[in-house]
Amino acid sequence: MNIAKPNSYRSGPDERGHFGIFGGRFVAETLMPLILDLEKAYTAAKADPAFQAEMNGYLKNYVGRPSPLYYAERLTEHLGGAKIYLKREELNHTGSHKVNNVLGQIMLARRMGKKRIIAETGAGQHGVATATLCARFGLECVVYMGAVDVERQQPNVIRMEMLGAKVMPVQSGTRTLKDAMNEALRDWVTNVHNTFYCIGTVAGPHPYPTLVRDFQSIIGNETRAQMQEIEGRLPDSLVACIGGGSNAMGLFHPFLDDPSVEIFGVEAAGHGLTQLHAASIAGGRPGVLHGNRTYLLMDADGQIQDAHSISAGLDYPGIGPEHSWLHEVGRVNYLSATDDEALAAFQLLSKLEGIIPALEPAHAIAKVMELAPKRPRDHLMVVNLSGRGDKDVPQVGDILRGKSK
Amino acid sequence: MTTRIDTRFAELAKQGRSAFVTFLMAGDPDPATSLEIIKALPKSGADVIEIGMPFTDPMADGPSIQAAGLRALKAGMTLKKTIELVRGFRKDDNATPIVLMGYYNPIYIYGVDKFLTDAKSAGVDGLIIVDLPPEEDDELCLPAMKAGLNFIRLATPTTDDKRLPAVLANTSGFVYYVSITGITGAAAADSPAVSEAVARIKRHTKLPVCVGFGIRTPETARAIASHANGAVVGTALVDALKTSLDAEGRATGKTVNAVAELTAALAQGVKGAQQAAE
Repeated sequence: MNIAKPNSYRSGPDERGHFGIFGGRFVAETLMPLILDLEKAYTAAKADPAFQAEMNGYLKNYVGRPSPLYYAERLTEHLGGAKIYLKREELNHTGSHKVNNVLGQIMLARRMGKKRIIAETGAGQHGVATATLCARFGLECVVYMGAVDVERQQPNVIRMEMLGAKVMPVQSGTRTLKDAMNEALRDWVTNVHNTFYCIGTVAGPHPYPTLVRDFQSIIGNETRAQMQEIEGRLPDSLVACIGGGSNAMGLFHPFLDDPSVEIFGVEAAGHGLTQLHAASIAGGRPGVLHGNRTYLLMDADGQIQDAHSISAGLDYPGIGPEHSWLHEVGRVNYLSATDDEALAAFQLLSKLEGIIPALEPAHAIAKVMELAPKRPRDHLMVVNLSGRGDKDVPQVGDILRGKSK
Repeated sequence: MTTRIDTRFAELAKQGRSAFVTFLMAGDPDPATSLEIIKALPKSGADVIEIGMPFTDPMADGPSIQAAGLRALKAGMTLKKTIELVRGFRKDDNATPIVLMGYYNPIYIYGVDKFLTDAKSAGVDGLIIVDLPPEEDDELCLPAMKAGLNFIRLATPTTDDKRLPAVLANTSGFVYYVSITGITGAAAADSPAVSEAVARIKRHTKLPVCVGFGIRTPETARAIASHANGAVVGTALVDALKTSLDAEGRATGKTVNAVAELTAALAQGVKGAQQAAE
């Protein structure tokens, strides 16, 4: 695609929430006044030093930031190429990067006087983070989760319930993340007066893709400073998995204007790109869903197709609009990893580094296994280890036992 | 430019009564039965017909209408066939206004210009696209106006006086007031609150105001029609259709009548109401 290269990749979106043709505000009229209020509240909060100071306090003492940038020595030796660093987002309180964004949104909700929080979740990591911060701040919490995901992510369902959240299994459609998002939007339309919708990824109507990105950019900002401190220079490449793409956007965004840094996003290729998968960029095209224009999996009539991934957190037929734009302008390379490749990476990282990753970042590790051996030994590669694998242990255990039988 | 919608509301105003607006999903439960049902509506008393364009992810619709869309898609319905359905209806009826209602993505994928040309030539008069607020008017609303189709906007209880002018700016045909914050088929509309809201909207526009969401019975339809220029019923008709299907979700001998009978009953309710004072 022939698109003029911008002077900066970091200035988006425009005032109407567009990244190129992507993004926007495609929602029912009922929600528009609230979305405009949210934009105002966020603009005011960004300009308020007290908001940032309060957030920094919680990030440090409640979330446990900064997360380490860890040199994965044995993985590096095994692959025999680039020097691999893991950004340890799985060490955050609640076990993933999701808490960075939820903290920001819950603090915004409090500023706006909202007492009831709703969220949608796939793997349950966003749901757990939301339930956690609602418990911390005494807010009512309702989490929508596809009935299929409720089954395959039981440990997280139990955690959310222990934290006082109400988990609503969604029976409509494919009973996964996309349907949970539809159901959360329906709840929001119904309860718009007292309810704040805490979106879990860099998607949805403007300003969500922007504010989620901003809250997650702490990942990339820390990585920059840490790499400077450890190696005295910027990394040469970044790798992160993508469902909606919030962990990836958080890592990538602070580096977008550094041309020396190669950036790779890894989508879930499921059973393979010619079969059932969740790779919206590799296998989709631009369309409009859930409040934004972005790459979507759909049929010739514009009907949304079912996504599939072994990882409930990547099982979504769309991707954040800023990623769609970064793909079209060619700044980020979007690759994909299959279920089997992710499983192999899951086992490799567990055995070599003593770190059990979530199935989501296992997709990123899978591509590191391909990319790193082709890079020289002085190449610095950072992988975002966006979540830990506790929630996936029962599911992966079943699969591996099934295979060994 | 006068559309069938303008003509119809002008006629009704002369008769001093409000419009009965029906909603059904295109292709539910199958394309052939759907055409028969749509054809039966004007005879049963429908003044304006809204036809849903099926979509997999209708985020502002309740379970009944979502299920209707999925039944239609399963029966092979597409946007192209929805336009053909209107063309089929127009063979016998050149007066009843037809409004297509749905979500933007299928139109975006069909191609906006091609869609507008095809819809207009098939006899479509207006569009209601749930996920296109005034902030996205460039996408479809402005091209639709240029193509001679009415773009009918939803106003809701959250649309305050400050926002109303923006919502009404490019609206034509009529204004669709959503009487509740919620999904289709949810709660019943509260008649005094609706009356107040309609009066508020009428302070900003000369367009007819129709009220929908939460109207299920001839009594409610009558109450709403006495406050507004039209009452819209969707979920109750879709439910009547569904009840007539066999265990596999296929049409039976009762299907067309089930919808026609409820339409007639609701139309009686609306026609019993005096039109809201201008």
